[in-house]
Amino acid sequence: MERIWLLIPVLLMSTAGPAASDTVGPPGTGVPATFEAPDESGPPEVSRAVDLQACDVSNDAGGAVDLTWLMETGGVIPDSLAVIRTSPSGEEERIAILAPGSIMYRDTTASNGVEYEYRIVSLIRGEEAASSGTAAAAASAQWIHSGRIGMMVILIILAGAILYFIDTGKKGKQLYIREIAGLAAVDDAVGRATEMGKPVLYIPGIMDMDDIQTIASMVILGRVARKTAEYGSPLLVPTCRSVVMSVSQEVVKEGYLQAGRPDAYNKEHIQYLTDDQFGYAAGVDGIMVREKPAAIFLLGTFYAESLILAETGRSVGAIQISGTAMPSQIPFFVAACDYTLIGEELFAASAYLSREPKLLGSLKGQDAAKLFFIVLIVLGVVAATIGQFWPPLNGIAEFLRDIVTVN
Amino acid sequence: MNWDMVGIWLGALTTLFLYSFLYRDNPFYKFAEHLFVGMSAGYWLIYSVFNVLIPNWWDRMLPEGGGFQWVWLIPGVFAVFMLARMVPKIAGLSRFALAMIVGTGAGLNMVTFFQSNALAQVKGTIFSVATGGVWSVFSSLVLVVGVVSGLVYFFFSKAHTGMTGRTASVGITILMVAFGASFGYTIMARISLLVGRVTFLLEDWLPTIPRLFGIGG
Repeated sequence: MERIWLLIPVLLMSTAGPAASDTVGPPGTGVPATFEAPDESGPPEVSRAVDLQACDVSNDAGGAVDLTWLMETGGVIPDSLAVIRTSPSGEEERIAILAPGSIMYRDTTASNGVEYEYRIVSLIRGEEAASSGTAAAAASAQWIHSGRIGMMVILIILAGAILYFIDTGKKGKQLYIREIAGLAAVDDAVGRATEMGKPVLYIPGIMDMDDIQTIASMVILGRVARKTAEYGSPLLVPTCRSVVMSVSQEVVKEGYLQAGRPDAYNKEHIQYLTDDQFGYAAGVDGIMVREKPAAIFLLGTFYAESLILAETGRSVGAIQISGTAMPSQIPFFVAACDYTLIGEELFAASAYLSREPKLLGSLKGQDAAKLFFIVLIVLGVVAATIGQFWPPLNGIAEFLRDIVTVN
Repeated sequence: MNWDMVGIWLGALTTLFLYSFLYRDNPFYKFAEHLFVGMSAGYWLIYSVFNVLIPNWWDRMLPEGGGFQWVWLIPGVFAVFMLARMVPKIAGLSRFALAMIVGTGAGLNMVTFFQSNALAQVKGTIFSVATGGVWSVFSSLVLVVGVVSGLVYFFFSKAHTGMTGRTASVGITILMVAFGASFGYTIMARISLLVGRVTFLLEDWLPTIPRLFGIGG
């Protein structure tokens, strides 16, 4: 009976045929050889792949097939393995060369819906020495990720709550939002700059427009631009990304239009400096010490440059309103700025400032989500804790964990 | 010419120029700042062309194997829309590209953020607080109370008064303690950066001064 073991590559190498010096005991010790002499009846056979399985990769966008196999032991270890793919038309293609110990491969070049036949070939000096059997599979795309259905359900419920509150707001019902100190000070900061005859400096972070915090920052920039237009203060917006510069120009222009002061809009005040993090920090520091703004807004995504900017702003005597959702940078803003929007307060700012029913409804819906998660956590912790002493409750804790698990 | 020496001197001088900002704005800082901003802007332009534009767009539109992948014309058209900003009459076209970037960014991030910042955190908080010794129980309670009260702090639909206010106070207190710890931790990392620069000046640059003037070995 043929003996087959599943071997990891290291084990496979260790059985590859030890060097002669390792196979006998030290001279004169009388220790016998530790391996059996090769069968001299004929050359040993080359190990080949067996039990080859091919299957479509689940929960993907298609174009991929997973192959797994085991390697026969006892034979000569091949130099390498080749993955051979045969298309329905009979065309054979060598799609990969693998190390001899390999036991899996993902073909990411398959066409969706085409059934390919795969086999693994053992190569000795580049020549085919042995071949596995064949396995067939076709790649396909999945519209729904089965491991994320829980997340989808929760998202639908939360989206429903948000839509409900938006609808309520649109119908004229007053939606209450508590005061956020940093935002209440926006008008004061712009007013102060106007009184002092100095500009307002707005720094939208160092990330691009695909970052949620930068998007939130743009909404606040619109409000600040409207205020500066009304008060007649210059607004400077140095940016770290060219796309952010373009969006900022649009947002500020819109703000000036809404304030009825399109003539006051100066495109040159919204400029791109550099993509480099510290190059940008050096440039903004230079603007701060030369222009001496009376109010500085640092709202968006910040990294290590946060304290450099906030400290320089403080040194020129500006009133500073900052906000970011980067946990590691919030401490620096708290230490060096007059007002700091912590985490989600930055995202709530747009609703707070605009009082638009759509944004207020969205914020209310998010509050509903927070309430949902608080209830989930409290129930889960109570169930898991009591479940230690009364096991049936463990099932509830497990169920709650499963709901929020994403694969 | 000894290029190593040139490199050390350039590094040392620009370092000193930038540190001169600690005294006040001055021409040396201004020079270093403009050099830094200009060089980095140029560097990122070239980087974007050769590491983003060519491999991610051009090479995919015209692959080595031949053929023209017309679908890649779409991002190309959007890129041209962005450049349309330079022509006032058609500047509005850039809004299509900007809308595409902002919309796609928000949509893609929604799933990622919801998964990592909400669901994973909730899952990590559902556990038994009555395991381990006294300190372990205390630590677990701080974690759960911190998460719940922190969430209450970020509840915007209710004024921070009464029970909500007291819970929110606990939340912001725990947040501030965490921020304080994070502040100290990061400052230590910054000090190590400073130590690195000072070590460079003392050990790499300073010994070159006598050599430059032919003094010593």
